[in-house]
Amino acid sequence: MELVFKRPECLIDIPFHFCPGCHHGIAHRLVAEAIDYFKIREKTIGVASVGCSVFMYDYFNIDVLEAPHGRASAVASGVKRARKDRIVFTYQGDGDLAAIGIAEGIHTANRGENITIIFANNGIYGMTGGQMAPTTLLGQKTTTSPYGRDFTYDGYPIRMAEMLATLEGSAFVARVAVNNPANLMKAKKTIRKAFQIQIEEMGFSFVEVLLACPTNWGMTALEANRRVEEEMIPYFPLGIFKERKMADYL
Amino acid sequence: MENQNSEKILIKGNEAIAMAAIDAGCLLYFGYPITPQNDIPEYLSKHLPPLGGGFIQAESEIASINLLLGASATGMRAMTSSSSPGISLMQEGISYMAGSELPGLIVNISRSGPGLGGISPSQGDYFQATRGGGHGDYRMIVLAPSTVQEMYDLTFLAFDLADKYRNPAMILGDALIGQMKEPLMRKKPKEMTLPPKDWALTGAKGRKANRLKSLYLQDGELSEHNWKLHQKYEQMKKEEVRFESFWVEDAQLVIAAFGSMARVSKTSVELAREEGMKVGLFRPITLFPFPGNALYDLSQRIKLFLTVELNTGQMVEDVKLSVARDAQVYFYGRPPGSLPTPEEVLDEIKKYYPPHPPLSPEGRG
Repeated sequence: MELVFKRPECLIDIPFHFCPGCHHGIAHRLVAEAIDYFKIREKTIGVASVGCSVFMYDYFNIDVLEAPHGRASAVASGVKRARKDRIVFTYQGDGDLAAIGIAEGIHTANRGENITIIFANNGIYGMTGGQMAPTTLLGQKTTTSPYGRDFTYDGYPIRMAEMLATLEGSAFVARVAVNNPANLMKAKKTIRKAFQIQIEEMGFSFVEVLLACPTNWGMTALEANRRVEEEMIPYFPLGIFKERKMADYL
Repeated sequence: MENQNSEKILIKGNEAIAMAAIDAGCLLYFGYPITPQNDIPEYLSKHLPPLGGGFIQAESEIASINLLLGASATGMRAMTSSSSPGISLMQEGISYMAGSELPGLIVNISRSGPGLGGISPSQGDYFQATRGGGHGDYRMIVLAPSTVQEMYDLTFLAFDLADKYRNPAMILGDALIGQMKEPLMRKKPKEMTLPPKDWALTGAKGRKANRLKSLYLQDGELSEHNWKLHQKYEQMKKEEVRFESFWVEDAQLVIAAFGSMARVSKTSVELAREEGMKVGLFRPITLFPFPGNALYDLSQRIKLFLTVELNTGQMVEDVKLSVARDAQVYFYGRPPGSLPTPEEVLDEIKKYYPPHPPLSPEGRG
């Protein structure tokens, strides 16, 4: 029998702790596949953030550093500045990158730090029990927006990919989703491209991944999957917002 | 490295730290401008790039401490510097560094607080520095230079101790020592033998993947981790205490002071001696670990201590704790912005020097 699909080599063989229907598992796998594809496991250093992503070191068979909440992009920049020959990436949730860590995220992109940020956007705070995130949609009910997000109090959801794409320092900025096979295959290619940008020393790469959070959205796995398509993608369009063809210094 | 032989140069305290960092093999600096320590990033922004080092003026002190955390995790020597309000911003990062057992140098050239305060020297960050500063049960190694030469020498010690114990270390200076110029003998001290950094993140080639974290959720794990950290601090208390005693052998009154106030107090001690008073100076160099045992030993013979600080009462608590009830501890505090002259300190000495009658309760320490 021919083996056509297996767990990526750099994913450790233990069960994920994520909820049923959560898309973190898929995103983790896509990142692992990219690392396998380029055969960079032995020189990759991951920076774990705080949120459902915090257990990265349990899943990836690479050197991993834990960062304070929101600071992963600065921490990763420090790692890369110390060891330019390593591949460095962060995996940050919507609170980590778009709330508390937004300054560090913007300036990491602005400085054109040669790292890769995987931005896990599920529009809610998962680990802490379902509070509003900067990317929570208008009208969406969360534990801290029980009447639904109202722009008069909470402003509008932030589109991080579009914002970071406006910075000169960004080399590659994209948004993907994993809610159906077509989107998933595009996401796989895009994440792989982001790592390629780093390997080729083209600058800062960023992939926003729209994820379902059935538990905190109060939905079944299938409903949550549908919600990504019907509610999230219309506000957070998929696509590549910036793609530098040549490194800046050339 | 520019000059390995001893050269004597006239230099600012802040620059001495920057120079020492390079001489100690630290080629990575991350920081944010704040008065009165900007000489440090300015010096390093000029001298690191030609050496192939990394200099980032970060967007904030929060970014700076996290850049330091990341760089230290790779095993490279790295540092940041700031002043009081910026150090407040760094507390979270420092707590994470201690919890993750990461070395690194944080320089605090203290200014006046609280809040925006002012830019004149103060010693108001003693508590912040010696009590950890951030959340959780940890300590920082804290060194308090008193001269430009010490700004240089203690930087080496800070890096060595940080590496030896896998813990962040702080140089606690102030605007006075940072901005003053004195002759410096630029000579590298003897290198300390340090353990290899096999914990560092360098890429999991030919070994099991390393992980650096401070999160411990399994039953009993965090408790064990905290005891492990505690053991380190206990070892520091046993092995790393440093202080200076000046004319204490026959003293009837000893001043306890650190940093810039120790300089002023030293002159006061000399003035007092000229007037026939037997006064001495006890100067902690390590604020953590605090030289409590040495103070206690002194208190068996010397019954009068006068703690002189540029704040409204911080180190005096540690002095009192150390001597317990075996000596009287008085306090002369000058809040930030009011640096005393040696004569003013001498006047204080005269208030307490025997055979003056014991003062009213307000005058007691």
